[in-house]
Amino acid sequence: MKLIFEKSKDGRTGYSLPKLDVPEKPIEEMIPESLIRKEEAELPQVYETEVVRHYTNLSRLNHAVDVGFYPLGSCTMKYNPKVNEKISKFDGFAYIHPYQPEETVQGALEIMYNLQILLCEITGMDYMTLQPAAGAHGELTGMSIIKKYHEDRGDFNRNKVLVPDSAHGTNPASAAMCGFEVIELKSTEQGLIDLEELKKNLDENTAAVMLTNPNTLGLYEKDIDTITRLAHEAGALLYYDGANLNAIMGKVRPGDMGFDVVHLNLHKTFSTPHGMGGPGSGPVGVKAFLKDYLPIPVVEQDEKGFYYFNYDLPKSIGKVRSFYGNFGVFVKAYAYILFMGKSGLKKASELAVLNANYLRSKISKFLKIASDIVCMHEFVVDGSEFKKYGVKTLDVAKRLLDYGYHPPTVYFPLIVPEALMIEPTETETKETLDGFAETLEKILKEAEKSSELLKNAPHNTYVRRLDEARAVKNPILRWKVDV
Amino acid sequence: MENPYLPHTDSEIKEMLEEIGVSSISELYQRAVGKHDDIDLKIPEAVCEYDLLRDFKELSEKNINFQEYAIYLGAGIYNHFIPSALLELANRGEFLTAYTPYQPEVSQGTLQALFEYQTMICELTKMEVANSSMYDGASALAEATIMAYSLNGRNEILVSKTVHPEYREVIKTYARGKKLKVIEIEFDEETGSTDFEDLKRKLSSNTSCVVVQYPNFFGVIENLKELRELIPEDLIYIVSANPIALGILEPPGNFGADIVVGEGQVLGNPAYFGGPGFGFFATKEKYLRKMPGRLIGQTIDVDGKRGFVMTFQTREQHIRRSKATSNICSNHAHNAVMAAIYLSLLGKKGIKEVANLSLQKAHYLAEKLDRLEHFQLKFSGPFFNEFVVETDLNWDKVNKYLLEQKIIGPFKLSKFYKTLDGSALFCVTETNRREDIEFLVGRLGAISSEIDI
Amino acid sequence: MKKYSKTHEWVEVDGKIATIGISNHAQEELGDVVFVELPEIGKEVKKGEVLCSVESVKAASDIYAPLTGKVIEVNTELDTTPEIINQDAEGKGWIAKLEFTDESELDDLMSEEEYKKFVEQH
Repeated sequence: MKLIFEKSKDGRTGYSLPKLDVPEKPIEEMIPESLIRKEEAELPQVYETEVVRHYTNLSRLNHAVDVGFYPLGSCTMKYNPKVNEKISKFDGFAYIHPYQPEETVQGALEIMYNLQILLCEITGMDYMTLQPAAGAHGELTGMSIIKKYHEDRGDFNRNKVLVPDSAHGTNPASAAMCGFEVIELKSTEQGLIDLEELKKNLDENTAAVMLTNPNTLGLYEKDIDTITRLAHEAGALLYYDGANLNAIMGKVRPGDMGFDVVHLNLHKTFSTPHGMGGPGSGPVGVKAFLKDYLPIPVVEQDEKGFYYFNYDLPKSIGKVRSFYGNFGVFVKAYAYILFMGKSGLKKASELAVLNANYLRSKISKFLKIASDIVCMHEFVVDGSEFKKYGVKTLDVAKRLLDYGYHPPTVYFPLIVPEALMIEPTETETKETLDGFAETLEKILKEAEKSSELLKNAPHNTYVRRLDEARAVKNPILRWKVDV
Repeated sequence: MENPYLPHTDSEIKEMLEEIGVSSISELYQRAVGKHDDIDLKIPEAVCEYDLLRDFKELSEKNINFQEYAIYLGAGIYNHFIPSALLELANRGEFLTAYTPYQPEVSQGTLQALFEYQTMICELTKMEVANSSMYDGASALAEATIMAYSLNGRNEILVSKTVHPEYREVIKTYARGKKLKVIEIEFDEETGSTDFEDLKRKLSSNTSCVVVQYPNFFGVIENLKELRELIPEDLIYIVSANPIALGILEPPGNFGADIVVGEGQVLGNPAYFGGPGFGFFATKEKYLRKMPGRLIGQTIDVDGKRGFVMTFQTREQHIRRSKATSNICSNHAHNAVMAAIYLSLLGKKGIKEVANLSLQKAHYLAEKLDRLEHFQLKFSGPFFNEFVVETDLNWDKVNKYLLEQKIIGPFKLSKFYKTLDGSALFCVTETNRREDIEFLVGRLGAISSEIDI
Repeated sequence: MKKYSKTHEWVEVDGKIATIGISNHAQEELGDVVFVELPEIGKEVKKGEVLCSVESVKAASDIYAPLTGKVIEVNTELDTTPEIINQDAEGKGWIAKLEFTDESELDDLMSEEEYKKFVEQH
């Protein structure tokens, strides 16, 4: 498809703006000559129909949850209810300003206040900030809290953070941004925390242990009580990466497991759409002893029922972004929780786990599963089976595209060779799972017959395999008139 | 209660459990988790869609919105007109419900739209490369200061006090991790722009970067040209800019800025109580490998057909882990695509026109207010669409009175600047009509008889 | 004579100067090399420290100094044509030359035979 710039024609316009209804003054009278723009920005000149067709046609080149099955592990690509989109666009939500007086935004504050409480209830935490914009941003917030907590107690030597080798890349990256040294913990054969390895690395310099439970292999750490006890005994805090919360609503809670700090991804478990990579929202929950460290402000309610922003947290880490967070996303997540209700949320988790185990069982008949433990909401396939045909996991992923599926997460977690990480979510039917398993088996047979078919896949997509090396060696990161 | 998002029939659940080899879901959990009791969450039971819509309508009506009220509040979030075509396109499920374009062959829509977006940001700022978005203007700015540190290893960040106070707070939070020192530069009380003398005094061999805002928090247009002359070439010159203003103001890239960031909400995104908008991030090509965030690049497929991919990923957390340039993973791609659609509709003429309308109307109101008793312009520096007005009256009372007139009044600066107790920041855009502006002036003109001074 | 490290660097010694690169095996594992972050001339490194890095599209691989010493020359051709590493990792694809200080460190490295076995086992 042509770029929008390539459709541009001098003199075409796609806008209709209010007219200038005040006497026009020469710009030079208002702005110093040297600061007035001389050369126009080279933006496209297209009319509205063209813009609508262009972006409609572009959108059609995307796979999406609304288009088909999207079993991308650790991303929880569940259905994003349309009613939540509609609600979030109400004028009273979309067109309110963050600096309006509190008495004019009581509805917004009520949503934030109630969402804080509901998320605390689901996670077993005491206080919640909604400010972080995404999961990794939540990690940065949570780890900053942990750092400040230790420092305020005069404990300046806790500069190490333990992170399992199966963790999301954001965990070590976030810890490093907070100035921590990251120590990687080797997992057991089965992909779980190795208690000996943990003990060996825990000491008076450990600031925190970052975990996700279930972990990235979709396995629940049954030793979690021991793990949190050991860490606490060493004076470290426990951080929970809530990327994988979808399996445990109404079942178990990070707060009860002994975690001190938790982040959530509203765009995963709480069904707000992923939007091509964002906006998400990454609320952070803490136990009571860490409340004073939360970013400011938090939403509170006075005895008269009036909602207000509390900026008075003397130990606060400050702010991690402007204003209060992604309010538009809060509205959708809050609507989702209320619509699902207590039983619905629990059922969602149960069916997510059912779907994952069902698909796991189906696939285990012809491919190796990375771990033989019953999984939670996702599981990881060891794709080395394909290697004997000279085919890599990447080729399998590309062949899945030909059949209309979005492939699972590939090559992650790093501890499984040729990994395919599959998370079906609860909003998929048995037929879809059956179809996916059959297709995967068919691809295995294809690999046996003709590895070329896979190595050259995809064959039916709008573009075929792209030269990523060329994109780095010969970088073209923007359109230019003559390129 | 029925749930339209969960497809499983009872008989299917039974079949699936049989396939797994367990008798019940509860047994499945016992096996996966070990012995545990389910939790009786204190969450109300489900409501139907009709009730949900009604309940939220009611909640939304507890807020005063500026579709119904006139608004003169800006300070980082602005009410510009959003074309209907944009709002409709943004709603498409193929945009909304796709994730990060990990599989480029089935993500060309996302990738091409973001490539177009990157180009538009480069054009507006006159920088060489732009990433495909950050969370917001404040975190983008904080990341810029961290990038400056990784470029030159110096540990002092110089930030003008005319930079949005919340952005400065975010810089401080990010700086703590790397043990960087944040030093603030005073502003000139006469002009409302950065105090150049103070800047010169605070520059040292430890200075890593200098951060200014364009136009600044008071609406005043900082003289980026003169600033460039003050800032040594080996420091990183960071500008946080309002992209609408760049329709009419000389872009920071032309003044030699090293990193240009800003809040993109103004480009076709509703205010949403402050989020989600998005941050844009642009820099020079030579700094590419130190940039945070996702980059989209053009390449070809095996048949030689043009296509787009995420590129320079070795900078990112999923590959470099603790050595990544940033921890950012999810960004604000959907908001960035909205900006691309907005800028496509406006085009090179439209962006200038929006900027000019805002400029003209803001100056119209400023002059009228300056002539009123009790009100005068605080600063003499040139301004774009925001300006500071000083009064001997109580702003809380004034704003309360304005609210009764269905007007959301200006931003009281004492929230962040103790020395500007009597001052407030007005904002005007193309959406403020002349008759509304006259009405506001009329109400403020008669205010001494309306409120108790 | 070429020697190899466990982290897949090769070393060729000529008097006091050691030429360093990544092994052919490492090159194969990495795939298309798209970028080499060359060390600065004059940089002093201890054995086992990160010397520089080599990147493919989906991986960034640190290159460790197999010997203690000072960088005296780098292969600037890699700036524009990093793919030389794929074409000739143990020849034209050399990365840097070190003036090394401790000859005994050479003993810790493997011979070509030993390295071949090492790769097979891992």
